[in-house]
Amino acid sequence: MTVMRTRQAVIQALSDELESDPSVFLMGEDIGSGGPFKATEGLIEKFGEDRVIDTPISEMAFLGAGVGAAAMGMRPVVEMMFIEFIGVALDQLTTQGAFYRYLSRGAYQVPLTIRAAAGAGLGFGCQHSQILDQWFRGNAGISLVIPSTPQSMYGLLRSAIRSNDPVVILEHKALYGERGEVVTGEAGIIPIGQARVVTEGKDLTIVTVGSTVHTATAAMELQSEWSADIIDLQTLIPWDKTTVIKSVAKTGRLVIVEESSYSGGWGTEISSEVVSQLWGKLKTPPHRITSPDAPIPYAQELEKRYLPNPEYVESQISELLKTGKCPAPWWEGIKS
Amino acid sequence: MTTSLKRREKLNTEIGRLERLLEIRAVEESIQTLYNDGHVRGSTHLAIGQEAVSVAIASVLRPTDIVTCTYRGHATALALGVSPEGVLGEICGRVIGCSGGMGGSMHLMDASVGLMPTFAIVGAGLPVAAGVALAAKIKKNDSVALTIFGDGSTNIGAFHETLNMASILKLPIVFVIENNLYGEYTRINLSTPISDLADRADSYAMRKEIVDGQDVDAVMKSVSAAVDYARAGNGPSLIEAKTYRYSGHSRSDPATYRTPGELDEWKKRDPLDIAAEKLISQGVLTASELQQMKSDTSSRVTQAIEVVLASEGPSLESLMQHVSEKRN
Repeated sequence: MTVMRTRQAVIQALSDELESDPSVFLMGEDIGSGGPFKATEGLIEKFGEDRVIDTPISEMAFLGAGVGAAAMGMRPVVEMMFIEFIGVALDQLTTQGAFYRYLSRGAYQVPLTIRAAAGAGLGFGCQHSQILDQWFRGNAGISLVIPSTPQSMYGLLRSAIRSNDPVVILEHKALYGERGEVVTGEAGIIPIGQARVVTEGKDLTIVTVGSTVHTATAAMELQSEWSADIIDLQTLIPWDKTTVIKSVAKTGRLVIVEESSYSGGWGTEISSEVVSQLWGKLKTPPHRITSPDAPIPYAQELEKRYLPNPEYVESQISELLKTGKCPAPWWEGIKS
Repeated sequence: MTTSLKRREKLNTEIGRLERLLEIRAVEESIQTLYNDGHVRGSTHLAIGQEAVSVAIASVLRPTDIVTCTYRGHATALALGVSPEGVLGEICGRVIGCSGGMGGSMHLMDASVGLMPTFAIVGAGLPVAAGVALAAKIKKNDSVALTIFGDGSTNIGAFHETLNMASILKLPIVFVIENNLYGEYTRINLSTPISDLADRADSYAMRKEIVDGQDVDAVMKSVSAAVDYARAGNGPSLIEAKTYRYSGHSRSDPATYRTPGELDEWKKRDPLDIAAEKLISQGVLTASELQQMKSDTSSRVTQAIEVVLASEGPSLESLMQHVSEKRN
């Protein structure tokens, strides 16, 4: 076990896969120099320019090339410097790569990994701070993972590279600098589609992913009235229904904490499934704690307010438990 | 405070243009200190070394013409007329910022002088500028669109699609490449197989010109010809301004990949020095007047910083405003 930062866990996972499988190669803008978050630092020196390929600023070309190379049996790991940059190239993944296995009746498969820095909190403004998991929903064939710790970064990235279908891995930029213990090697690999139970409690189940794992944990530590099963989904597509349903069946209450805007968030799907399966067994209505339906603001105080913070999550949960009803979000009543 | 339009008018004289060059440099140089003091978040992309292109463009265009530009947009915003308070206020997330503190360094705007919110995605400003030009053509309103972008953008699909469509529709648009030799962290020869990017116009049967981007007068001449050509209904032009970025791509880039000596070579052709020396040799300006001008500019920027730091952040309500016309 080694203590490392999340960005170093990225480097370690890439390095281990490059070493163990000659069909793995990396491709993206400025990955040779390590990029703005130093998440590929040192790899070009270790593996050379044939396996760590710096590309022009041409996302459509290099994402599409990733699809094509993957269909030919390579295992490309394509980096989008910021997840928003995939916007100009999305067709290559969601309309092309995602459907190759299906269209070819299994003759082709696309073992492609797409890594991207995502998430708010560092003042990058509305075009460089989104999570954008919504863009990948509804395209059968794609998996989506969001690590929350150095260990899950290492374990999920290695699984993504080994997957025989496209996997998008959203690396939260505010977590790159966080440290944690990491088991490397085969024992450190985390399967796609498996949630992690972070804490066990009795009053409610809190479903989280990425940054909100930490928000929810901090919220629970602010008080001593209630305790929760906090579940880190780790994989959003496909998400771990078994673990979530089992927990909510035990606690009878579901709260979901999401970093993105309220409308269209991933929590709607979790909530819908839980209601369908546990109808009549819930003690309170499922409750989603999210950001408002507005772009991410730049100014520091507003960005802090925009994201669900531990104090807000704690107060929302305490009110839900006290009243048995979903409390209104903070932005309700703010004149717009 | 002087309006952006009034500030724009100051570019009508050579002295006014030199003052603006000095102001842009002083503003850009103040940003690192503001960052170190914790007032700036996220990233910033400086245009030190490239000031002449923006000042020339702003001097040629009418305030009713529309500009789209990139996240490396502080210089363009200041040149077009946005005040130092407006630019630095935005970079520091204050309500007096030109986007009310909601956008940050990469999202500057001022509708009164034709600056659309600057684009943080490489190449994204080109298709939008084509739409601006299309509207001008449909409305027959005599406006021209001008889009400024870096050499890196010329490898994005949107560049090629927009040039082709602008050419076939004969849109009143001017494409200006600021070729500063680096796309993010990568030298141009490693990303692009040609060195004169203007040549890409040939594929789209488009008028083209290469210009010395360090010389305000040269860029003005070139942009002026292209704008007149567009305004007369002849269609688009592609201008390549050869220039250089003194700083790294963004705040987190120390630019260690440069060839040793390259920066010093370019500094010998500094756009501010070229403009000042021209005026001194013509007898329009003395060396001591230039010194005075520099120190006046520096105090003006210091004052602007004081105003910015004394001003408030945007209100909580502003977070929910202007999301759509009517919220559900």
